[in-house]
Amino acid sequence: MEQQAAAPVVGAETVISAEGLVKRFGEREALRQVSLRAARGELVAVIGPNGAGKTTLLSILARSISSDAGSVDWPAGEVGWVPQQPALYGKLTVQENLSLFARLERVDDVGATVERMLELSGLRDRARDEVGRLSGGNQQRVNIAIGLLAEPELLLLDEPSAALDPRQRARLWEFILRLAGEGTAVIYATHMVQEAERYADRVLVLADGEELFNGPPRELQDVVGTSDVQDFEAAFVEFLHQRGH
Amino acid sequence: MRHLLLKDLRILRRSPLLVALLVLYPIVIAVLIGFAISRGPDKPEVAFYNALPPSDRSIKLGGRDVNLNAQAGQLFDAIDAVPVHSRAEAIKKVRDGDALGALIIPADLTRKLQSGLEPGRVEVYYNAEDPAKRRFVENTIKSQVQVANAALTKIVARESLKAIDLLQSGGQYSFLGRTFDVLGLERSERILRRARARLPAGSPLRKEMDQVIAFTRLSRQNLSFSDNILSVVGQPLRVDSHVINGGTTSLNSFAVALAVAVSIMFITVLLAAGALALEREENAFSRLVRGLVSRTELLLEKAGLAAVCSLVVCLLMLAGLGLFVDLRWERFPLWVVALAAGALAFAALGLAIGALTREVRAASLLAFMLSLPLAFLALVPSGAVAPALYDVIRVISALFPFKATLDALDAALNDAGGLGVALLHLAALFAGFGLLSRVGLRRFAG
Repeated sequence: MEQQAAAPVVGAETVISAEGLVKRFGEREALRQVSLRAARGELVAVIGPNGAGKTTLLSILARSISSDAGSVDWPAGEVGWVPQQPALYGKLTVQENLSLFARLERVDDVGATVERMLELSGLRDRARDEVGRLSGGNQQRVNIAIGLLAEPELLLLDEPSAALDPRQRARLWEFILRLAGEGTAVIYATHMVQEAERYADRVLVLADGEELFNGPPRELQDVVGTSDVQDFEAAFVEFLHQRGH
Repeated sequence: MRHLLLKDLRILRRSPLLVALLVLYPIVIAVLIGFAISRGPDKPEVAFYNALPPSDRSIKLGGRDVNLNAQAGQLFDAIDAVPVHSRAEAIKKVRDGDALGALIIPADLTRKLQSGLEPGRVEVYYNAEDPAKRRFVENTIKSQVQVANAALTKIVARESLKAIDLLQSGGQYSFLGRTFDVLGLERSERILRRARARLPAGSPLRKEMDQVIAFTRLSRQNLSFSDNILSVVGQPLRVDSHVINGGTTSLNSFAVALAVAVSIMFITVLLAAGALALEREENAFSRLVRGLVSRTELLLEKAGLAAVCSLVVCLLMLAGLGLFVDLRWERFPLWVVALAAGALAFAALGLAIGALTREVRAASLLAFMLSLPLAFLALVPSGAVAPALYDVIRVISALFPFKATLDALDAALNDAGGLGVALLHLAALFAGFGLLSRVGLRRFAG
């Protein structure tokens, strides 16, 4: 059975809001006046072509880098961050990586949290393996598990399913939807637009650092407004084309 | 294969920095090794002050005029003499590192040489920042003075032969402005034979006998000076050495300090640079600094790791060296202080390298490539290169921790002095490189 987006909590409180974000790398403007907000239990997909500024936006929201202009209201609680490349120590085992970051996150019960994440990631039998010896997909599972250690109010995922096979991808989304259902706000960047259509409550379309669209996926198809466009991906491509990208 | 070769050449052409390093690095290292550990320049620059008044620049040895300037010229064949106008100026040139040493001809040299009873003494001033340099300077000066001594000895020996001939045959002898008629052994023998033939009991030839008695007395008196004379003949010139800067550390003890300084440098710089760059290479940096640890805490952790590891290794190394070299274990607390200060300064340098390179391999390569020349630079002795270049070398050495660490270790291990200054220097370098690495971390996010 096809999984669908968790129904957002109507009128739910805003977990994070960003207004007019600008980020420059030298002469290049990676983000130009981008705004975004996410409510409890909401799934927001950030989509766009390569170099659109998706990772830059998520890095700012994760406090990994700072913006040159604009403002962000972060949640009072934890923000989980899953970067695009696995941010792990290859010479440490799965369990050691989880324990280290659990301690750095100052979670109350490190042992129980690590056990829960091993269970969640399905890597219990690989717990004592060095992360550097795991496949890319398994490394990404550890990467995501670390992002969830502190039971965050907001989970930021940058291309979370890029290195996963279809079975692992389905398992990942099942897990993310469950988190959203429990009230976690999730913002994820992806270039797999079908994942945006299928799981997101809202999509933010970026191209060359510019915010082109912010709304429900179905509205994007309506904006394109041609009957020839049958699916979301085609509508997205047509939308970019219409906007000169 | 041809295509692969072309591909590699194309890559090299597009990597001008790498090619420049490949070409320049061996040249720089070779030159620095040459400056630092070779025997030094063929003609070292030596400040020369001649305090002899013009009237005393030639001496009479056995009735022959010997021009001291001409003798000094032989010395100058082996050194590059830099004439100065006073003793103070000569010493300043050495203190400033503009000359390897200073040679001073004192005003009383002529009188001493002419007396024939005591050797002339020249004064030599030099820096001895390290024992290797001290040994080089001492050997250089000693060998040049031996050259001058050999020339003077030849003259003195010739005159001594004449004196022996005088003793044997008799004749006129001038000494201190007075002329004596020396009877000589041959004439004495003749007189004695005649006297013996003519002398019955109560002989009237008392005057001839008096001559013989006087000659005997003179011979006895001269023989009483023979020790001094022989000593002077063997070594008419002596050197009074004065060390301006530096201690009296033996070469063995200095070698221990040097070995430890090199070890602590490589261990700390490589470890700190690699450990910091690894955080970015494993993508963990962005995760860590978004609230888990601050950037400053991260730097301090890496500096502490590198410093503690190198401190332990170097203490073990000292313990091992202690089996072969006499170390002053009562100064152990000072060793730890010097090692810790040096390790922290090197760690800060390593962190700056890691922050700027951002990759483990690049960080390790740069750390290695930078460390080796720094060590050699710090060992280049003053006077081995042109004064302006030496000033540049001294400034560069002061900007990096090797020289200060070596000074601190030498002071801690060998009581060479200057530990406080070296520790302050290392503290300043730790702060400077720490700040640089903190600024460099901004590049990590990109």
